[in-house]
Amino acid sequence: MQKDSIINIILVGIGLCVICGAVISTVAVSLKDQQEQNVLFDQQSKIIDAARLLEVYPSPQEALASIEEVVVNLDEGQPSDFPADQYDLDTILRDSSQHRVLDGSDDIAMISVRENLSKVYIEYRNNELKTLILPVRGYGLWGTLYGYLALDSDLNTIVGLEFYKHKETPGLGAEVDNPNWKKLWNGKRVYDESGLVQISVIKGFSNPENTEYSYEVDGLSGATITSKGVSNLLAFWLGNEGFGPFINNLKNKDINLSDV
Amino acid sequence: MSKFKEILLTPIFKDNPIALQILGICSALAVTSKLYPTLIMCVALTITVSLSNFFISLIRNIIPTNIRIIVQMTIISSLVILVDQFLKAYDYETSKTLSVFVGLIITNCIVMGRAEAFAMQNSPGVSFLDGLGNGLGYSLILIVVGTIRELLGSGQLLGIDILTTTQNGGWYVGNNFFLLAPSSFLIIGLFIWALRSWKTEQVEEKEFLMSKNAPKEVETHHA
Repeated sequence: MQKDSIINIILVGIGLCVICGAVISTVAVSLKDQQEQNVLFDQQSKIIDAARLLEVYPSPQEALASIEEVVVNLDEGQPSDFPADQYDLDTILRDSSQHRVLDGSDDIAMISVRENLSKVYIEYRNNELKTLILPVRGYGLWGTLYGYLALDSDLNTIVGLEFYKHKETPGLGAEVDNPNWKKLWNGKRVYDESGLVQISVIKGFSNPENTEYSYEVDGLSGATITSKGVSNLLAFWLGNEGFGPFINNLKNKDINLSDV
Repeated sequence: MSKFKEILLTPIFKDNPIALQILGICSALAVTSKLYPTLIMCVALTITVSLSNFFISLIRNIIPTNIRIIVQMTIISSLVILVDQFLKAYDYETSKTLSVFVGLIITNCIVMGRAEAFAMQNSPGVSFLDGLGNGLGYSLILIVVGTIRELLGSGQLLGIDILTTTQNGGWYVGNNFFLLAPSSFLIIGLFIWALRSWKTEQVEEKEFLMSKNAPKEVETHHA
């Protein structure tokens, strides 16, 4: 058979596709479990880090066991009966009946759409809510930052902030992953006396003698836009469009979480 | 045996894919801001180019001339997908950092360049060595670039503090230029300069000579 005959072209083409396809699908299927586990483990470890649970629990498994997942209706600020294990943010963001398109002035975190339901994580210690871990996201310089914000039991003091996915410049915006910077969040406060979101990343260093000190986090030098993005995403998710109603209801004990 | 050694070692200094063939520059800019992802990228590319050379050479006698590019692309992209899948399963952190650039190995000129220029004419074993050599040549440059960029940009190597930066309470003010892609051009340029000063046979012949009037013009400017 000639190398350049039409028959050979078709045979080689089909044969190659079948072989390559078979190899790729076999490998993809057999590695899928491991990959999904990695993604899940990565997210869980960020939740644990945000809430600084490894300082309390000896192992990640025990830390996870203390956490409960709750799906929250953001507009009502109430738990929803949507099953937490079936919650998938990607599906929600694609389905227009499950999210709301944000207007320009509301969209301070520049995320364009906001889900109606969000999955939050609650750590119980001695049967009481100890830490509330909220998923947050917002646009930085090159793309959306995805992360978790952990609030202490007073629902006003920050325990930690961790990002698990972002596209910021290494060494500049990507310093959001710097452990020293992340430490700065611990103990900062979110709301002032009148209930407005005050927490923000400022330019330069925050002075401990200022009255605003407890609401301010030092900016990342060389990453003004990322710093602003972090401020904006916190303002959005802690405000009325985000978890504001849910946090208020929790504070006023208008929610009985044990019913869920 | 010396022939095999030559095939393996030539692409590292004498015929370096980046420094002499000027192939695969894109990823040399994109993934080198930190050393660790750079190393993983080097391994990923070396595996891909060696295996793609091997498999393409294995079936080189039955590949129809008309569709040879498509056949090469199919084999290369299959290998790249495999590398990407393994990376996602066994080194998830790095695969997040490298993200799209692993997939972009498909478009890396070195892989297809070696397939078309070498593997289509040579036996599988030799082609594999040629791929390995070119992968190592590529790695050499990437490691040099990655080392300089991470050290001067973030004061670290493989995430370990060497020059403690002011962000971490040290004295070193990181040079932000080295965190951005254009710094790689500078480093690769300097590398090529150094390499060609050492191996002068790599210097290209002048394509034109400066016109004799040129210096005079400069003189009148000064006058």
